[in-house]
Amino acid sequence: MFSLKEYITPSSLEEAYELLNKNKNNVILGGLLWLKMGNKNYNMGIDLSKLGLDTIIETEPQIEVGCMTTLRQIETSSVLNTCFDGIVSASVKNIVGVQFRNCATVGGSVYSRFGFSDLLTALLALDCYVHMHKGGIIPLEKFIKMPYEKDILIKIIIKKDGSRASYKSCRMTATDFPILAVALSRCNSSWKIAVGARPNKAALAAKASKLLPENPTKEDIASACETVTSELHFGTNLRGSAEYRKELAKVLVKRGVEEICR
Amino acid sequence: MQIKCYINNRLFNEVIEPDMLLIDFLRHTGFTSVKRGCDTANCGLCTVWVNEKTVLSCSVLAASVNGKHITTLEGVEDEAIAFGKFVADEGAEQCGYCSPGFIMSVLSMKRELNDPTEEEIKHYLSGNLCRCTGYMGQLRAIKKFLQQGKDGA
Repeated sequence: MFSLKEYITPSSLEEAYELLNKNKNNVILGGLLWLKMGNKNYNMGIDLSKLGLDTIIETEPQIEVGCMTTLRQIETSSVLNTCFDGIVSASVKNIVGVQFRNCATVGGSVYSRFGFSDLLTALLALDCYVHMHKGGIIPLEKFIKMPYEKDILIKIIIKKDGSRASYKSCRMTATDFPILAVALSRCNSSWKIAVGARPNKAALAAKASKLLPENPTKEDIASACETVTSELHFGTNLRGSAEYRKELAKVLVKRGVEEICR
Repeated sequence: MQIKCYINNRLFNEVIEPDMLLIDFLRHTGFTSVKRGCDTANCGLCTVWVNEKTVLSCSVLAASVNGKHITTLEGVEDEAIAFGKFVADEGAEQCGYCSPGFIMSVLSMKRELNDPTEEEIKHYLSGNLCRCTGYMGQLRAIKKFLQQGKDGA
């Protein structure tokens, strides 16, 4: 169990940012679900819940999801259940239970860039950006690869580009971490294939994505599936071996492509 | 630090440590229906409501409920007893340790979902683990509980 010497609810993002950088042991509190599993001794916990960052706002070009939005809000959001074939909502539905998802936040999931993150995988397949307080707006694909910096993730931004999308995961039991997660999208004739829980954090399979035309044949799909397994690194952990994950990746990518083309 | 919150509609003004968890705060305050289970946010035993939403009290800081309304099993006693009769009739309980969190989730589901299907019930309650019953008795009890008064008989 972690410890905190002080708990603060700042009244502005600037104040939160200053507090965060005042001491190396100050930390932003998200849903606390992962943070509390560690044994770190923190100086100050900074709770952003008074800053009104728990909203899902749809405008014409994009959807903005505040960092303190819970996974349950994402799951039940009519906007996110509709856009992109509902993959953002679908990606969080199997994460433990309702009471867990009422606690877990978007900011905690995305900023932490967990390897097992279902949400990160789904977002990566879309035209998605993170808005950092100091770092500005950064494409999610770039953010995933960046080192952890002491900044505050304010919101995520998903561009409404009319993508068709599909999300698939395989789990040992319904509410466990995924053994593998796959998200795909097709915008006009351009495909994106994201694979997470490899068990490394989600990554795009760029070469495989380029192999898919707007309406791929069986051969195109088979070729893309093979390329996914060769261009991305798959590892072994308690939930599955690298070899098993590669086989799963082929199946889930194939199903995803077929679903989008249906 | 000082917090002020309502537990089962009763105002509490307490001095707490910044890293005290809600489960410890509630049990310390006398609401011992709240049970500690896995402590890893998986089992749902410690489920309570904060502002009418189910949360895992093992994963929420007591400091964060300042100004909020918390409901434990003690706060929904009449409904819990009513549901408990269905659970007993179906033989859906053995050790009973998971029941407080399970009942809080069932009563929350009743408020949130309108006429849920079996799949929706299972999905809503997937965060409440029971290691005795195998869930089928619980499922029967929930269906009958939700159905009561709807048959028009």
